Amino acid sequence: MPANGEVPAIRVEEVDKIFGNDADRVVALNRVSVAIEENEFFTLLGPSGCGKTTLLRLIAGFEQPTAGRILLQDDDITRLAPYDRPVNTVFQNYALFPHMTVEQNIAFALEMLEKPAAEIDQTVTDMLRLVRMEQLRDRRVDQISGGQQQRVALARALAPHPRVLLLDEPLSALDYKLRKDMQIELKRLQHETGITFIFVTHDQEEALTMSDRVAVMNDGNILQVGPPHEIYDHPSERFVADFIGDTNFLPADIIERGGDAVSCRLESGEVLAVPAGVDLPDHDRVTLAIRPEQVTLCETAGDATLQGTLQDAVYIGTDTHYRIRLADDSLFTARVQNARGRAQLFESGDRLGIRLDPEHVQLLKD
Amino acid sequence: MASVSPYSNAPVLDLEALARRREVKTNVLLTVPALTVLVAAASGPLLIMLIFSFLTPGDYGGVKWELSFDAWFQVVLHRDIFDDTISLADAHLSILWRSVKLSFLTTLVAFILGFPTAYFIATRPPETRNIWLFLVTIPFWTNLLIRTFAILEIIRNQGVINSALLGMGLIDAPLDMLYTDIAILLGMTYVYIPLMILPIYASMERLDFRLVEAGYDLYASRWKVLKRIILPLVKPGVIAGSILVFIPSLGAYVTPRVLGGGKNLMLGNLIELQFGQGRNWPLGAALSLTLLVIVMFALIFYVRSAQRETH
Repeated sequence: MPANGEVPAIRVEEVDKIFGNDADRVVALNRVSVAIEENEFFTLLGPSGCGKTTLLRLIAGFEQPTAGRILLQDDDITRLAPYDRPVNTVFQNYALFPHMTVEQNIAFALEMLEKPAAEIDQTVTDMLRLVRMEQLRDRRVDQISGGQQQRVALARALAPHPRVLLLDEPLSALDYKLRKDMQIELKRLQHETGITFIFVTHDQEEALTMSDRVAVMNDGNILQVGPPHEIYDHPSERFVADFIGDTNFLPADIIERGGDAVSCRLESGEVLAVPAGVDLPDHDRVTLAIRPEQVTLCETAGDATLQGTLQDAVYIGTDTHYRIRLADDSLFTARVQNARGRAQLFESGDRLGIRLDPEHVQLLKD
Repeated sequence: MASVSPYSNAPVLDLEALARRREVKTNVLLTVPALTVLVAAASGPLLIMLIFSFLTPGDYGGVKWELSFDAWFQVVLHRDIFDDTISLADAHLSILWRSVKLSFLTTLVAFILGFPTAYFIATRPPETRNIWLFLVTIPFWTNLLIRTFAILEIIRNQGVINSALLGMGLIDAPLDMLYTDIAILLGMTYVYIPLMILPIYASMERLDFRLVEAGYDLYASRWKVLKRIILPLVKPGVIAGSILVFIPSLGAYVTPRVLGGGKNLMLGNLIELQFGQGRNWPLGAALSLTLLVIVMFALIFYVRSAQRETH
């Protein structure tokens, strides 16, 4: 858990990273600033090409920022070589040394740090126990499975007890079941070792499950930083709302700005008082985001906010997804939890109403 | 395999057997060209050399068909023509020693210069790698003799280096570089270094450079990464390159002839001498086979050391 009042483990300050030269330059990171607290499980989340891996490589020292600086607690590490930083990486493809055994891989960093042999032996034993791989100590790394290689990569990076552990999509090569297990395992490791983890992923579910805080990135910018529930419930921008979970977007106009709430008029004419969570834009044209599971469906009559025609319903076990065509011809998705023994509530073609709870409507900046 | 197949009497099986027999016949036929080359071009000449080495030298070259062990005797031993005392053939042994020594040094120098070159090429962007490889192979376009004379032109007393040094007033008299072991070493390294660079490059290109990054990440310095990660992983290329440089160096003829003058002979020159002016074909044949045995032992040594590393 983030400890308040302490110096952050990593501070990224106004970092730019530009690849290539004038002709075909690519801005990988654009004025990125973020502070990662001690003992935090911090996730960089975004689609491929958003700059999350570049940021990780800058912290590891494989790349140098074009501008800005990176601090480890109070030390400026911007220009330090990777081997001079107490930061280790778990690589996406594990990058285990194929000519060494499991033991030799884990002992490598300790040997490079010239630790005494007895200490190295003890640490390797501890690490193997930590990742539950004691029996495979003398195996060659090409003789073990992908999941086992993953554990060895973790043990190898944790063995020198770095101040910060960087994980570059380490679970992406594993199958679904193994990935679920490793998510819990990683969380446990972070808790047991007390090391700050910076985890890179494009999988929003993974990010929400494991992280203390998530930074959502796109196009070289960090869009929003916050705990998973905050990112999910109060996305600040359309991209965040769209990237994480399913969202319905409704255009609206601000008609009155109050202190805590803002009155918005929907296309349908309905007026909603929405909580003013984010900095309000100056213009009146805004977008409202509504999660599909946070609406109620009802018969047309009554106090429904929106009206539409049911296009189709998809049964997926725990829930049923209803897609409703609204008056302006856009589709609105509602997710209703299935009660045992109860059949589908509505049939395709039915006219029905959607009830919105203003508490669950998020006003987006853009 | 005592069980009898329930289909053993089916005619289908006979057809299959027939097809298999035909296949065997085709396979034999297909190996004929390879076998011809092996017998005619490799085993045949070797057999002739082996037979010649046990015959008596002819008066004007060639051989007389009389059994003699003199040639093999002369490879390492020397019988005094006056009192028949037997001593080691110092001349032959020193040539043998020089050949092995210079070949080993050539391999070493080629490795020391070739490894960084291969590393440099392998770390270029893929589009430019081919240009560098092309540059490495350009010397092969020119005849070996001409390239060797070019080296001679550079290092002789009135050559490029000495003229430059004299002109700048750094030396008073030209440095004697030509007709020394160093000259031979220089020439052979120049000639054979592409054979070291190319196999090392081939291994290096397959090297996953993320492993190098992992090494740096785990506190290994540049030197440690080279020693603990890069070298072990490109070792097959280094071994192949060493073999490709060492073996032709051992039998080199043109380079020691031109750059070593008449006095610094290597095995290749000694063998040529026996078939030419020496008019001692059996000794030439015996020396050639000696060279073959040295090469074989060197190969076994290399392969063994390679296997020890990988298992």
